[in-house]
Amino acid sequence: MSQNSHAAAAETHGHVHRDDIGSKMGMWLFLFTELLLFGGMFLIYAVYRYQYPDQFHIAAMELNTGVGTLNTIILLTSSLTVALSIAALQRKNKFLSIVLLVITIVLAFAFMVNKYFEWGAKFEHGIYPGSEELLNKPNGEILFFGLYFVMTGLHGLHVVIGIIFLSIILAFIKLENSGLYWHLVDLIWIFLFPLFYLIQ
Amino acid sequence: MEYEKHSEHKHHHVGYGTLILVWVALIALTSITVTVAGISLGVYTLFVALVIAAIKSSLVINIFMHIKFDEPIFKVFLLVSGFTLMIIFLLTFFDFIYRG
Repeated sequence: MSQNSHAAAAETHGHVHRDDIGSKMGMWLFLFTELLLFGGMFLIYAVYRYQYPDQFHIAAMELNTGVGTLNTIILLTSSLTVALSIAALQRKNKFLSIVLLVITIVLAFAFMVNKYFEWGAKFEHGIYPGSEELLNKPNGEILFFGLYFVMTGLHGLHVVIGIIFLSIILAFIKLENSGLYWHLVDLIWIFLFPLFYLIQ
Repeated sequence: MEYEKHSEHKHHHVGYGTLILVWVALIALTSITVTVAGISLGVYTLFVALVIAAIKSSLVINIFMHIKFDEPIFKVFLLVSGFTLMIIFLLTFFDFIYRG
């Protein structure tokens, strides 16, 4: 509901029924299904890393820690800006809120651009799902890169959905729940980063 | 958009300063985890990385996602789902490790 019609409704009726806790509860329940989705993948990762520790180490050496670190900082910062955006909204500072939301979306795009170049470099080296180069590697390395593409790919998809979500919010402003969604994207990355980029 | 009048008194608004402080902590923890990964700690490397990731996520969940200030029911939700995930991990590993 847009702000104007909402305010108008509040004026005419004096009391508008809104269940913000219920709405937030629904969002959290959805986030838990996401937790189980990614949780299942982290489980597969854990089992195979346990089974092929050395090959996971060798495969992880091929990932660019610098790009991973940069993307971590970008995502953490975007989590801050969306939280600040909500804080600004709570203080009725609509302009600041919108500016911070735009910054969040720009950071999300920056994350995806980095991801594009990172994956592009892997493709150039012949490493992509089903490639001949990859299939000639030992099982553990195939599994590592398979999980890497699926998990960071699914995470990237969430970033894109987050961008769409946040953009819609810019027009309709119901910020809190998409803020929660955006933090989830950050949370998943917090675990993806050390597990894929920081194995030495 | 506007914070509804009738329940406003229950809302705890986190200040800009707190949020920025949490962000500083998150960035600091990131640089620690990157630095530690470069040092060989053997079996503890993964453990340290996961502990740092857990601290970072609890900061995001509690402050950014507001769980610390929300109604207790949200904490119950979180515990139940976290516990479920833990059980799934434990059962899978029991199966995997003790398989003949």
